[in-house]
Amino acid sequence: MSQSKQQMFRLNTGGRIDRSRTLSFTFNGQRYQGHPGDTLASALLANGVDIVNRSFKYSRPRGIVAAGAEEPNAIVQLGSNEAAQVPNVRATQQALFDGLTACSTNGWPNVQRDLMGLVGKLGGQFMPPGFYYKTFMAPASMWLTYEKYIRKAAGLGRSPMEADPDSYDHFNQHCDVLVVGAGAAGLAAALAAARSGARVIVADEQEEMGGSLLASRETLEGKPADQWVARVLGELASYENVTLLPRTTANGYHDHNFVTLHERRTEHLGDTAPVENGHRQVRARLHRVRAGQVILSTGAHERPLVYAGNDVPGNLLAGAVSTYIRRYGVAPGRKLVLSTSNDYGYRAALDWKEAGCEVVAIVDAREAPAGDWVDAARAQGIKIITGSAVIEAKGSNRVTAARVAKIDIDAFKVSGPVQELACDTIASSGGYSPVIHLASHTGARPTWREDILGFVPGLVKGVQACGGAKGTYTLGDVLAEGVEAGIRAAATTGYTAQTVSLPSAERLQQGPAVALFQVPHEKSTLRGPKQFVDLQNDVTAAGIELATREGFESIEHIKRYTAMGFGTDQGKLGNINGMAIAARCLKRSIPEVGTTVFRPNYTPVTFGAIVGRHCRDLFDPERYTALHHWHVERGAEFEDVGQWKRPWYYPQKVNGKAETIQEAVARECLAVREKVGILDASTLGKIDIQGPDAREFLARVYTNKWEKLAVGKCRYGLMCKDDGMVTDDGVTSCLAENHFLMTTTTGGAAAILEWLELWHQTEWPELDVYFSSVTDHWATMTITGPEARKLLAEISDIDLDRDSFKFMDWRSGKVAGVPARVFRISFTGELTFEINVQANYAMHVWQTLFKHGEKYGLTPYGTETMHVLRAEKGFIIVGQETDGSVTPEDLGMQWAIGYDKPYSWIGKRALTRSDTKRENRKQLVGLRPKDPKVVLEEGAQIVLDPKHAIPMPMVGHVTSSYYSPILDSGFALAVVKGGHQRLGETVYLPMADGQTFEAEIVSTIFYDPKGERQNV
Amino acid sequence: MFYIYCPYCGEHREEEEFHPKGQAHIERPKEPEACSDEEWGNYLFFRDNPRGVHHEMWVHAVGCRKFFNMTRHTVSYEILETYKMGEQPSITADSQAKPREAAAVSQQEGVRA
Ligand SMILES: [Zn+2]
Repeated sequence: MSQSKQQMFRLNTGGRIDRSRTLSFTFNGQRYQGHPGDTLASALLANGVDIVNRSFKYSRPRGIVAAGAEEPNAIVQLGSNEAAQVPNVRATQQALFDGLTACSTNGWPNVQRDLMGLVGKLGGQFMPPGFYYKTFMAPASMWLTYEKYIRKAAGLGRSPMEADPDSYDHFNQHCDVLVVGAGAAGLAAALAAARSGARVIVADEQEEMGGSLLASRETLEGKPADQWVARVLGELASYENVTLLPRTTANGYHDHNFVTLHERRTEHLGDTAPVENGHRQVRARLHRVRAGQVILSTGAHERPLVYAGNDVPGNLLAGAVSTYIRRYGVAPGRKLVLSTSNDYGYRAALDWKEAGCEVVAIVDAREAPAGDWVDAARAQGIKIITGSAVIEAKGSNRVTAARVAKIDIDAFKVSGPVQELACDTIASSGGYSPVIHLASHTGARPTWREDILGFVPGLVKGVQACGGAKGTYTLGDVLAEGVEAGIRAAATTGYTAQTVSLPSAERLQQGPAVALFQVPHEKSTLRGPKQFVDLQNDVTAAGIELATREGFESIEHIKRYTAMGFGTDQGKLGNINGMAIAARCLKRSIPEVGTTVFRPNYTPVTFGAIVGRHCRDLFDPERYTALHHWHVERGAEFEDVGQWKRPWYYPQKVNGKAETIQEAVARECLAVREKVGILDASTLGKIDIQGPDAREFLARVYTNKWEKLAVGKCRYGLMCKDDGMVTDDGVTSCLAENHFLMTTTTGGAAAILEWLELWHQTEWPELDVYFSSVTDHWATMTITGPEARKLLAEISDIDLDRDSFKFMDWRSGKVAGVPARVFRISFTGELTFEINVQANYAMHVWQTLFKHGEKYGLTPYGTETMHVLRAEKGFIIVGQETDGSVTPEDLGMQWAIGYDKPYSWIGKRALTRSDTKRENRKQLVGLRPKDPKVVLEEGAQIVLDPKHAIPMPMVGHVTSSYYSPILDSGFALAVVKGGHQRLGETVYLPMADGQTFEAEIVSTIFYDPKGERQNV
Repeated sequence: MFYIYCPYCGEHREEEEFHPKGQAHIERPKEPEACSDEEWGNYLFFRDNPRGVHHEMWVHAVGCRKFFNMTRHTVSYEILETYKMGEQPSITADSQAKPREAAAVSQQEGVRA
């Protein structure tokens, strides 16, 4: 098939496409051809593809409307294979490449002959304005029904079901001046700033930089404007202080000039990133830019007019028509009717005519349009119908005619007879809306300017808008504003910028625009044919009018009620028109109805770019102890404790079958109670505390006493916040008179160090004391059990005699030939030595222990066994027995409270508050299930009377619960109101499945209540 | 994401390096036992939530580990100054009510923008 037949709407000349090369692509299963330089949208238009989607709610056929980020309809699913699927791609922003495969996201199963069309009509009834609002108010069960329906019908794109083969990354960037948008204003600003030596980043979302200058009929220095663009880009590229980022969208403006840029590096080349020199290229990159100054040269979006049938394929923005003709060499139809409220729209008719197509008429809402472009149209012999507008587009799958009539804007009515003009394309222009999205992301309110009929950015510190983004549309003024912004930005960041000689722009005479948003129809808005405001969300003028009749007055509420500006569109085309309609209905001005607030992201950002390299193994850092590989080789199962990987239990093979966790834990528990076990406790937080006031500091942050702790001694300490609630615990040892080693919970290490610093730096700077984290410096190996002493004696020179090295002592010496600190403390209730060695000696010491330990039955145990053993002894775990509402007294740990210490330590005062003195506070107790086979559920609620009517008064809950191998029984720790006075009472635990368990309140110490075993 | 000038490091750093620690200038009563329950409760639990100028405590958690104070506008999020522990703010809600020039002069060096 010849090219002309293939691309029936392709012009023979013009545009920035390469006609010498042909690219094949597939859309909805049909093969088409285009050229390098095309977007998917321009290639579809070149091939006469009218319908690109079905609408969200009414399932109406929809065509391409715009040529850029503001496109609401041509949202496609991309990808030739499953792994390459990308949803929600705007066809207007996707460069064409050979083999591109796309399909409509809506309109299952076929946009041309949509089975959902019928249902869609039902959908219209089914989803009136306020649908979301009303649905969310409805019972939750109904939402499931609605959601299934909406998702299937609307097909909001789908994510791939296979792993993404591509990689993505992040750059952290700093610059003096960030220029967002490389159109006329942005290039002028970048040039001025760059020449000063300032570090400049220029980001532009399009395939080529240059913005509207790439398709402008205006000249600079008497030459086509794109020649100036090429020269400026060449100069900018030659500067070392300039980074040019094409295909890069500034998606979000955040506090203090932090801007996220989404750079699409390979999406114009193929489905997946190409491989170069054996390396797959990075597909997309997120630049996190901290800029001294941000220049918003983001331009403006043309506003469509809102008339009946304005969603039928063949209705386009006037500016988009020009862009397709001049930039892509495509005339998106044969016979044009233009409906405009201003001079700018005329350019579409002039371009259309010059492309050799028929302009049926220009319909101008103004009574007496006058200006150079108006004159040019007259000179071309184009018919101009004044004081009128297209009030309705006819056609179903493509525009067939425009109904045109005189209109009275002030009275909002059709004021003359209607004529029908046969055509296949209607272009409309209602003026421009500055692209103010970024400026409003941090909450700055935009300002309405009546003279330009648009919102301009509010003031944001460090940000300047220029050109179209500021409501300036005349090319010469746009360039001058750009230079001025560039100079000011450079100067503000400490550079001296000279002025830039500007190319001479044409000085065109222009007439004033008229404020026209919604076009009146012969019928009322509510009874007439649909006039669409937000094409992506199927919001109509009638829907907005209905919302105002239902009492909604603020535009923010109307938006939520009607869904206007929702989703990926964020109201780029529709918001201002919607506000104007609400203002008309409420008889107010547009700024009185409210301002429009845009949220990031400006256009969708792929998850890959957001995630960057922070995925899979790099999603979150993992911390390993020095013994990690031993645990792995031993087949340990691991538990995450904060970022640490701790051995949870070590399942063994018994008759070729791996033990269950219950079997492994039972074996490990009995090994400790009967022989000797070993735990890698290296993850415990360790803080080295030094200074003459270290002891005094400890006395202030711990609840118990420290003044008499001698060198060589250890003490368990409880730490509270000043509200009296327990926040951490651990053993602190006196290494020397001015030197202590504090241990903290594994998860609390960093927070406790910060907590100590807080008190030292803010309340007690006079104390001479210093803190260092030494968690990673020392490996900690706990050997515990009756055989622990015999084992350690074999490999240590420390005197381990029970009377000279007592419980709660520590000694330094050699273990396995390396320097060690050995602490005689116990978290199991058995004879225990905690061996601390420099972390890089740990493996040697650990292996030496095993070499000697085999004959004693040395058994490695994990955190699960550690939990069972400590709970059997009633030892608490902060964060499990406590939850920020538990005092030391609630835990029954009065023995650890130094009520008479001289300084009012942290938490002391709060312990005498009326609330902390209440008798019925939840207090820590032991629970013994009446049936020893029962292991209560952690978190289970406790009641006193299981026959009580629901809701039963709940008096507490289970905090820890395990099966004890040594007791051959389930047991638990719990907090119960007034529990300390309830020893011996029976409580009940009703479960979700209807069972109720019985348990007796007992002491928290289930094993060796006198504590004899740790003292042997 | 905030861009915060650490008065100890003497540099601007990204917010990721810092932790917010609540309202600044909350002093622990010197004699806790002399406080009524209500006074102690006020010290523990009650904080200001102004619309406008606010003084906050931050810590350069993964930097120098120093605590410092910040005067921040809670609407614009503009950081008006940061100052060391033990120092008083030069910008307050009262001083902000007056023309801005006076306040701007007192900003610490290092603020380029
Ligand atoms: Zn610092």
